[in-house]
Amino acid sequence: MLNLIWIIPLLPLIGVAVNGLFGRRMPRAAVGVLGCAVVLASLLISFGAVWELSQLPVEERYHEVVVGRWMSLGTLVNQHPGSSTVSTDVHIDWGFALDPLSAVLLLVVTGVGFLIHVYSVGYMSHERDLVRFFVYLNLFMAMMCTLVLANNLLVMFVGWEGVGLCSYLLIGFFYDRPFDARTGLSCADAGRKAFIVNRIGDFAFLIGMLYLITEFGTLHMRTLAGEFQHGAGPEWLLSGVGVLLFIGACGKSAQIPLYVWLPDAMAGPTPVSALIHAATMVTAGVYMVCRMSALYSAAPEAMAIVALVGTATALFAATMGLTATDIKKVLAYSTVSQLGFMFAAAGLGAYIAAMFHLMTHAFFKALLFLGAGSVIHGLHGEQDIRRMGGIRRKMPITFLTFVIATLAIAGIPPLAGFFSKDEILAAAWNGGHRGIWAALLCGAILTAFYMTRLTWLVFFGSFRGDAETLAKVHESPRSMTVPLMVLALLAVTGGWIGIPKVMSGWVGGGDWNRLHHWLEPVVVTPHAAAQADAGHASGAEGMLIVLAIVVAVAGVLMAATIYRREGLAERLARASGPVYRTLRNLFWVDELYDVLVLRPFYAVCRFFNGFDRRVVDGLVNASGIVTELTGQVLKLFQTGLVRNYAMTFLLGVVAILFYLITR
Amino acid sequence: MPLGPEKFLILSAVIFALGVLGVLLRRGAISILMSIELMLNGANLAFIAFARQFGQAEGQIYVFFIITLAAAEAAVGLAIVIALFRLGDSTDVDELSLLKW
Amino acid sequence: MESIAFIVLSILALASALVVVLPVVRNAVVCALALAVNLICVAGFFFLLQAQFIGFLQIIVYAGAIMVLILFVLMLLNVHDERHLGSSGFFQRYLGPLLAVGFVALLVTSLVASLQGAEFPRAGAAYGTVATLGQELFTRFFYPFEAISLLLVVAMIGAVLLAKRRL
Repeated sequence: MLNLIWIIPLLPLIGVAVNGLFGRRMPRAAVGVLGCAVVLASLLISFGAVWELSQLPVEERYHEVVVGRWMSLGTLVNQHPGSSTVSTDVHIDWGFALDPLSAVLLLVVTGVGFLIHVYSVGYMSHERDLVRFFVYLNLFMAMMCTLVLANNLLVMFVGWEGVGLCSYLLIGFFYDRPFDARTGLSCADAGRKAFIVNRIGDFAFLIGMLYLITEFGTLHMRTLAGEFQHGAGPEWLLSGVGVLLFIGACGKSAQIPLYVWLPDAMAGPTPVSALIHAATMVTAGVYMVCRMSALYSAAPEAMAIVALVGTATALFAATMGLTATDIKKVLAYSTVSQLGFMFAAAGLGAYIAAMFHLMTHAFFKALLFLGAGSVIHGLHGEQDIRRMGGIRRKMPITFLTFVIATLAIAGIPPLAGFFSKDEILAAAWNGGHRGIWAALLCGAILTAFYMTRLTWLVFFGSFRGDAETLAKVHESPRSMTVPLMVLALLAVTGGWIGIPKVMSGWVGGGDWNRLHHWLEPVVVTPHAAAQADAGHASGAEGMLIVLAIVVAVAGVLMAATIYRREGLAERLARASGPVYRTLRNLFWVDELYDVLVLRPFYAVCRFFNGFDRRVVDGLVNASGIVTELTGQVLKLFQTGLVRNYAMTFLLGVVAILFYLITR
Repeated sequence: MPLGPEKFLILSAVIFALGVLGVLLRRGAISILMSIELMLNGANLAFIAFARQFGQAEGQIYVFFIITLAAAEAAVGLAIVIALFRLGDSTDVDELSLLKW
Repeated sequence: MESIAFIVLSILALASALVVVLPVVRNAVVCALALAVNLICVAGFFFLLQAQFIGFLQIIVYAGAIMVLILFVLMLLNVHDERHLGSSGFFQRYLGPLLAVGFVALLVTSLVASLQGAEFPRAGAAYGTVATLGQELFTRFFYPFEAISLLLVVAMIGAVLLAKRRL
């Protein structure tokens, strides 16, 4: 099965081809079934491959399958003091590799992806363009699997760009609908915004890759990791490449300053938000950083930048989630914030913690989004939480799973989010980065608060919409609720593969941190972090755990108290005046970009447009006009008088004679 | 003053040029034809001068043919003039400007 | 002796050529007669150059037949006096003569420069006689001779056809 990993990205492409070419002539049920079936097949092969991988001894857990050569780029002669090779044959292959790290994300992607495909069958059943949806969704799966399984940076970049494309296609799926009344954005505009902001990151990524290939002659990740660990390459180059690749990750994973596209990406259908903008695509940046852990561990400045940006984003986005009123936008800000947590972890050297949080986040965030979709479906398209409330009895399964997810993200044990978030906080504390720890702790409180706020406003209290909608509220069909339940189960149990040593004592001894053992051989941790990890006192860690629990519970209770009381929230909002307004307007970041970037850009575009029309077209017109004028002049020679022609004749004769005689 | 080819050739050139001048300046069709005959004359003179210079009969034969040709051409040219005259009742060549732009 | 003849003849030739050419002379018949004078002068030149046969040919055919033909047509068409060349365009009036002058200037300068007043060599006794010419004509130039007879026939037919009132 391990030799078949190259089929994993290929199977969804079959779905794309069949649905794309024949979808309109197939019965609608068949389209959905095919779309889910190919993903299920990929999932099963993934299971098989990972199982086989786990049977191998630890040192051999890296299996590579090369399908063919893509580019042969000649040879590179490099003179590194620390490198063993003198001249390398530079080439790029279509290669796929499975190791413990890619195995984790592969299972998450295919597993959650499959569940969301099943959910989509029910959610999109009334859509006119169902075929197009499944084609794009399958294409996304193919691209994402390519990204995960790639053995070199360029093939990963192919998947990277591919998911960006699918993101654009799917965000703008309802291409003829408006989206945001406040900013006048349409769904198509949101798609373009996502693509363009992504592109900025991709540009930096590309430059980083170019530096790498000119310095090392290869983009093969395992080879590069070896080079980095041997100390090859100048310090400035490694830091620079690290920062450039991270900027690419900022674009893809919505960190400051390239996060602006994610809230507007909620214009797409809810399954898209769940799959792409919560569980998989946005985690690609984190995955990339972890894959290149050898690079980052050798470039401390780059790591510092990653950690700081991640922490800042975590806190910043959480504040904006406090005041948002669209159910999906709250979840969007939450995603940005949680991604910030993951990057903070990676920047601190705790790559395993980052991947752990990535996994658990995929579970509960997908669950939250699917639950939101269920709510929207049940309320016939309503997305404003100010017009929801008290629907918990009408949509019990949705309600229950949503609450589980909320508690998970808030970090209440023994649900999944607690373990992963705690590990990140512990990494911050143990590394001595008290400031980052404090900021992340604040982020955790805010997370608990705004998620509880959301749950409360949607499911508790009294219904604030119109009576007609209330009468039609109903639970969603089984094709939608079953994935919710599966994800809820994962949200509960998912954290149990990473129980820290401290707590395993309470559970009955033994080392329960399975994930750590699974991933440790593959990830390169910097020396400082390793030492910090080893030198902690278990007492302090126990204290931290209790503190984290207390903080989470406090957040939940605060939100519950505030929103239980009628009108208390509004009074608080008015009292905090400018603070509230700033949060509500999202710190005016979009407006800032408009003034700083977009307006000058449009001015430049207008200039070039004018240039093109007046100068370039003018030149072309001028050549035409010149020809015409020449014709006008020359036609004056055609007088029709024979004697004039004779004179012209004579002129020629004299000229030739002159030439011949004076030669 | 000893006679040499130079004088005759200069004379031939002048007569020829005068013929050209006549073609350019004259308006009557027959006058133009007469100027053309003048040009031919100039050419004949040059031929004979060269024939004398090299002592060959070839140049004279050429003149023989040219004179014959001039006769034929004059005949046909005048016939055309007659035909044109019948059309427009005048021999002014400036009236034949149908090929004007 | 020869030089005197040459000078006289050349003056006469040029004068008559000017009469033919210049638009000042508006009567076409006067032009035709001047042309005849010119042709005879040129015949005189031929005699000076010891090309007797051609000289006689010139007088008989050119000055005799062709000029008469031209005069016939002039009389037939009753051509009026030529209008002044006023309206034939700016370029034609000035550039034409200029070009002709330039043409002559070029030729004259080059001739003077290259020949520098050389003399004719002595001619043979048989030069320019009917016998010599006849010899050449019917041996070397036999084909052109036949061709030109054909051409004459064609010209005759053409002239007749073109001038007919009704085809």
